[in-house]
Amino acid sequence: MNGLVKFMHKIKPIFSEGGKLSFLHSTFEAFESFLYVPGTVTVKGTHVKDALDLKRVMIIVVLALVPSLLFGIWNTGYQHNEAFGLGWGFWQMVWYGLVKIIPLYLVSYIVGLGIEFISAQIRGHQVNEGYLVTGMLIPLIVPVDVPLWMLAIAVAFAVILGKEIFGGTGMNIWNPALLCRAFLFFSYPSKMSGDTIWTGGLTRYLSDGTAYACGEGVVDGFSGATPLVHAGQGIQGLDSAGLSFMDLFIGNIGGAVGETSVIAILLGAILLIWTGVASWKIMFSSVIGALAIGFLANALATDATPYLQLPAYYHLVLGGFAFGTVFMATDPVTSAQTETGKWIYGFLVGALTVTVRLFNPGYMEGMMLAILLMNTFAPLIDHYVVEVSLKRKAKKVKIA
Amino acid sequence: MSNIIELKKGLDIPISGNAAQKTKKVIIPDVVAVKPTDFRGLVPKLLVREGDEVLAGSPVFADKLSPEILFTSPVSGTVTEIVRGEKRKLLEVRIKADKEQRYEDFGISKVSGLDAESIRKTLLKSGLWPSIVKRPYGIIANPSEQPKEIFISAFSTAPLAANPEYTLRDEFANIQTGIDALKKLTKGAVHVSFSSANYSGTQLHKLENIHPHIFSGKHPAGNVGVQISHISPIVKGDVVWTVSLSMTAAIGKLFNTGRYDMSRLVAVTGPAAIDPSYVKGIAGMSMKDIAEYYDNSKEDIRFISGDVLTGTNVGKDGFLGFFDNQISLLREGTDCEILGWAKPFRTKQFSASKAYFSWLSPNKKYDMDTNTHGEPRAFVLSNVYSKVLPMDIYPVYLLKACLASDIDKMEQFGIYEVIEEDLALCEFVCPSKIGIQSILSDGIGLMLKEMA
Repeated sequence: MNGLVKFMHKIKPIFSEGGKLSFLHSTFEAFESFLYVPGTVTVKGTHVKDALDLKRVMIIVVLALVPSLLFGIWNTGYQHNEAFGLGWGFWQMVWYGLVKIIPLYLVSYIVGLGIEFISAQIRGHQVNEGYLVTGMLIPLIVPVDVPLWMLAIAVAFAVILGKEIFGGTGMNIWNPALLCRAFLFFSYPSKMSGDTIWTGGLTRYLSDGTAYACGEGVVDGFSGATPLVHAGQGIQGLDSAGLSFMDLFIGNIGGAVGETSVIAILLGAILLIWTGVASWKIMFSSVIGALAIGFLANALATDATPYLQLPAYYHLVLGGFAFGTVFMATDPVTSAQTETGKWIYGFLVGALTVTVRLFNPGYMEGMMLAILLMNTFAPLIDHYVVEVSLKRKAKKVKIA
Repeated sequence: MSNIIELKKGLDIPISGNAAQKTKKVIIPDVVAVKPTDFRGLVPKLLVREGDEVLAGSPVFADKLSPEILFTSPVSGTVTEIVRGEKRKLLEVRIKADKEQRYEDFGISKVSGLDAESIRKTLLKSGLWPSIVKRPYGIIANPSEQPKEIFISAFSTAPLAANPEYTLRDEFANIQTGIDALKKLTKGAVHVSFSSANYSGTQLHKLENIHPHIFSGKHPAGNVGVQISHISPIVKGDVVWTVSLSMTAAIGKLFNTGRYDMSRLVAVTGPAAIDPSYVKGIAGMSMKDIAEYYDNSKEDIRFISGDVLTGTNVGKDGFLGFFDNQISLLREGTDCEILGWAKPFRTKQFSASKAYFSWLSPNKKYDMDTNTHGEPRAFVLSNVYSKVLPMDIYPVYLLKACLASDIDKMEQFGIYEVIEEDLALCEFVCPSKIGIQSILSDGIGLMLKEMA
């Protein structure tokens, strides 16, 4: 391994100022700092520094996403198996999941990191590790059957307009991964909405009658609709689709790749909270916000409005709520920065999500829009939190 | 009184090389330096030429803007070299010390019989005036101002800091005299803050003529800026002064003995120090005088006058600063660690976060070096800074205001309350490796320029 460091040092002059390939120095530095912690020393300020850097922070988020990813891989195969009645074993499902999901990752990372490298190069900045997380998130929140070219365009949109024009990681206003999903849903509504996009292989089967291992064709009575759609008819809707709370909690249901299993998401949440990388305040208050609106709806519900009767806690396991709360709303860059602000921000994310679900039957998934909207308002929340704090302080000084 | 002010936020950096309580040697200074760079924003006016003879207490340079503030030589001897930097900026005046030390006589006087004016004059003449630091901004106090209050911290929580119980154990009478003298310069109180850990044990709690306060908590509980923000926060228009405990002792000594005596016990500390302990030294002493404390054959040691968070890198030929009673020796961390950021375990690295496993060994001390452990990035994590800053301010907002040179915002977010040392821990824990002290320093510089 030391040979590698020596080699990198040897070729470094080529990429440094005045070298032949100096225009690639950002790229070189990105690889260099990826391979080893560089031997740079402190110049001004503190002479020693904490071992934590952003690469470590990002790798922890990536680790926290691994349970969801693994479950998503299996579940993709499982859903395909269910839809086509294939009678597959565990490994066949995993294999199918890998075949479907690896291309999503390839597109996400190649397009995203490519743009990231190019823009760092143009600006002469260092390549930021933020995309490690964004690239990991994007395939987990898109439908598994999304056409790869659409994904590529959406990733490009999210990275360029969502992040790079603001100056890169740390400067962006909206969560890039969610922008990617929003772009997909609003640019290709005919492809991205409806019931058939969520199950691997179904789109292709319906359009050209073939699919990977299509077997006997779609099982009778298979709808492909996500539980969220069934929940539109209230608890009866879920019951008649054969979905129990536990099914929703475990996550062997239809939905975006990584968002279905609350158990897997909770594992990630534990890691994020324990390491302090994501704010437990946001997660907790988002849950409270969702429950609050859920209970309010229960109180207002009549027999004519079955969707309002859905028990409030069901909202926590439906759709993208859990995933969004744990991994998206807590993005430290786009969420509220002040501690009080985090409580308000989280609460509103949860409350808005459930509000959209209950009162916008045309588009059930409120999580994405709720977070993006709250991303927009996070600076405003912070502004008022800070104002209040400054006023309180001024008052205190006056009394003293 | 004697309510304990409990600070929950903070961090004691577990760095190895704490000085054992023994005085290993008495340094007979050879060449010492007086450095204008020890004082923020000072424009010096040189008063000596190479070859001039000086006594301990003879002026070497003065403040160009208020020429009554003199900076004097800590030793008697001959000016050997005047070191200048870029644009002929005065960096050091080096003085070769005589074998026998001779002192300028400022007269022994009972402080109780002196009025504020004569105390001020004596301090100015002797060169001890610059030991009084003005807040806001942490600059030399203005002799024509009267401070609202004066603050002294009687303990230090900085990494490996010299223990005042040891360094000032024979100075009680001088400290008391110093406090009496300072008391005459303000209409308000002289606040002295003690550590709850040894409040009743220290002889210092017998000091009179003071407002005592007791603090408990991790670093930066011992920083006078943090203490002020809990005792009586500085608002716009306020002027308070701070004096370090050892400088208070020096002020006392001036009145008790009539001498400008800058000798002090200096803690030689740090992971690269061999047998870390104390030496009897003097302000401006050379790093060469502590040669037995290090092995610099690989030329990889950093010499820091002060502590590892706020000290100055003076280099192997450098000199101890005016205010410092600590030298920290660190190894330069120039080696590369393959995939270091991705390794699950890095047992030799400390992190305040739980992203590594150093929380499993809370009592372990680490041989830290100067590696940055990552590259500079934009602000990303928002909750790491407030965990180590027991003050009612928003550090990231303040820093962004400094970066944007927005004076109104800087005022709002508390530029008057902090100097670099108060935010040093934020810089230590910052995962984005942002030069927080240097940003704040530029911000304070801008305030000085704009508000003057």
